Amino acid sequence: MTKVFQKPHALCDVPLHYCPGCSHGIVHRLVAEVIDELGIEGSTIGVAPVGCAVFAYNYFECDMQEAAHGRAPAVATGIKRALPDKVVFTYQGDGDLAAIGTAETVHIATRGEKVTTIFINNAIYGMTGGQMAPTTLPGQITQTTPYGRDVSTQGYPVRVCEMLSTLDGVALAARVAVNNIKNIKAAKAAVKKAFEYQIQGLGYSIVEVVSSCPTNWGLSPKEAVKWLEDNMLAYYPLGVYKDKGEGADAK
Amino acid sequence: MAKVTFNEDRCKGCELCTTVCPKGIVHMAKHRLNAKGFHPAEVTDQEQCIGCAFCATICPDVVIEVEK
Amino acid sequence: MSEKVLMKGNEALAEAAIQAGCRLFFGYPITPQTEVSAYMAKKMPKIGGTFLQAESEVAAINMVYGAAGAGARVMTSSSSPGISLKAEGISYIAGADLPCVICNIVRGGPGLGGIQPAQSDYFQATKGGGHGDYKLIVLAPSGIQELVNLTVEAFDLADAYRMPVMIMGDGMLGQMMEPVAFGSYTPRKLEEKTWAANGTAGKRKHNVINSLYIQPDELENLVVARYKKYSEIERTEVKLEEYMCSDAEIIMVSYGTTARIVKSAIKILREKGVKAGLIRPITLWPFPGKTISQYADRVKNFLAVEMSMGQMVEDVRLAVNGEADVAFFGRTGGVVPSPAEVVAKVESILGGAAK
Repeated sequence: MTKVFQKPHALCDVPLHYCPGCSHGIVHRLVAEVIDELGIEGSTIGVAPVGCAVFAYNYFECDMQEAAHGRAPAVATGIKRALPDKVVFTYQGDGDLAAIGTAETVHIATRGEKVTTIFINNAIYGMTGGQMAPTTLPGQITQTTPYGRDVSTQGYPVRVCEMLSTLDGVALAARVAVNNIKNIKAAKAAVKKAFEYQIQGLGYSIVEVVSSCPTNWGLSPKEAVKWLEDNMLAYYPLGVYKDKGEGADAK
Repeated sequence: MAKVTFNEDRCKGCELCTTVCPKGIVHMAKHRLNAKGFHPAEVTDQEQCIGCAFCATICPDVVIEVEK
Repeated sequence: MSEKVLMKGNEALAEAAIQAGCRLFFGYPITPQTEVSAYMAKKMPKIGGTFLQAESEVAAINMVYGAAGAGARVMTSSSSPGISLKAEGISYIAGADLPCVICNIVRGGPGLGGIQPAQSDYFQATKGGGHGDYKLIVLAPSGIQELVNLTVEAFDLADAYRMPVMIMGDGMLGQMMEPVAFGSYTPRKLEEKTWAANGTAGKRKHNVINSLYIQPDELENLVVARYKKYSEIERTEVKLEEYMCSDAEIIMVSYGTTARIVKSAIKILREKGVKAGLIRPITLWPFPGKTISQYADRVKNFLAVEMSMGQMVEDVRLAVNGEADVAFFGRTGGVVPSPAEVVAKVESILGGAAK
């Protein structure tokens, strides 16, 4: 018998601190699998965010830097400019990437920095206990939108892939999900393409992963998957929003 | 013949693996707890396993290894 | 020693950084230090280096964090309001034990303040600025040659102690031109940066650049260890100039360009028969308090002269510790004190006209 599925080498052999059913674990593993498949563990530097994934530096066998909240794109830029031959990725949540770090996000993208971003969009702040995120859906109840997100006072969710796809520096902007086997496989393919585009020097690549946060949504992991499918995918359609490698934008 | 192995103490009992098994053989062990205090996932009828690794693919905690 | 060239302060600073091996510069335009960026923008591409105009000061300092964590020699430069924005990153850099050089060409504040020379960022530079228990080595040159020498040394200091080093000047220093020579510095022996996150190459366990420690005792131990390093720096890295102090009846304490004005005042005072001297801190941290306290056994009058409402004077008072009177004279908001004003202040302290 041969092993057809095992922990990728690039993922540290330690328990993950995430809540039961949290998408972070799946996405960590996909990134590690891609690092293994591309044989880049020794030449990759990851940047961890502030948010639930703050301890990501404990989970990847490659070198890691922990950034201040929202600053991962700037930190990654510093690393990439110092070490242009290395592979650099950031791993960021929605508050980190689309609220406090919006300027850094837009500018790493428009500079076409050869960096890959893995973006977890779960429509809520996890680590601080369930407050409104820039991606919280209209009407969604959080600790800081107890009556539901009222767009007349709290504005509308940010669609990151759509926004970034307008920028010339972006090589790949794809939105994926990890709610079922088919989507997990597609998510991994997108992550792999994002790293490959970086290595090919095509520009900035971002993979947005529509993710679930059962704990802060107040749902069981199984219910959370259903909620994601029923609510998030309508507002955040999956797909490729920019693909320089394919010659034309897919959407 | 395929085989799934659970690193049971890493299981957080999220049950996602039970939703994707095409053979319906992944269940939660309702009568025991692991070191974390969760009912861990287990396979009740190993003979039925086809080694598709769907359970391992959706597991957020890399609990499952699959051999074929 | 190479031949002397006439250079503007800001450009000399940039050239000195390049000669020290700095190949990465991240900055954001702000008066009165923009020539540093302009020089880097011109020179870096020619020597295989990186100049990057960041989207903000916040981004620039975090780029510095990333490059420093990758093991590179890296610098950023700004002026007061920009340094406030960088405070976040500086705290993280200190907390992750990363070496880098940060330049502050100080202008009047608070807020947008003005663009004229000031020294009102002394507290920010020496007492924190960002959050948490940490220090910066702060170097305060008073002329262009010293600016060049200290800039080159700043990179060695940063690497030797794995901490951020700040060069603090003002608009006068940045804009004035003086003849300078490069290449006289003997580099320190430095350890290889085995801690850098520059890729494991499959040969070692991963390196992590980080300032997060959730366990209080772990964080306390790290901070205490860092303060042991700071104590060593206080013992070994103090730099100062003593000017006409041996027979002085009054010692002025002043740094940077203001110290030049004080020297002019001392010349006038000495001509009038007043024995005035100057202690010029070159390192603002570590502060030369020990030397000041030694003089306080004998000299009964000290006068701190600053382009602020009185910030360094607090460190002078701490050093003197009640053994002598410490007066203060300062102009602020971008107003430069004149030698005549300093002379008048000294005369008023000593009881009117010269003896």
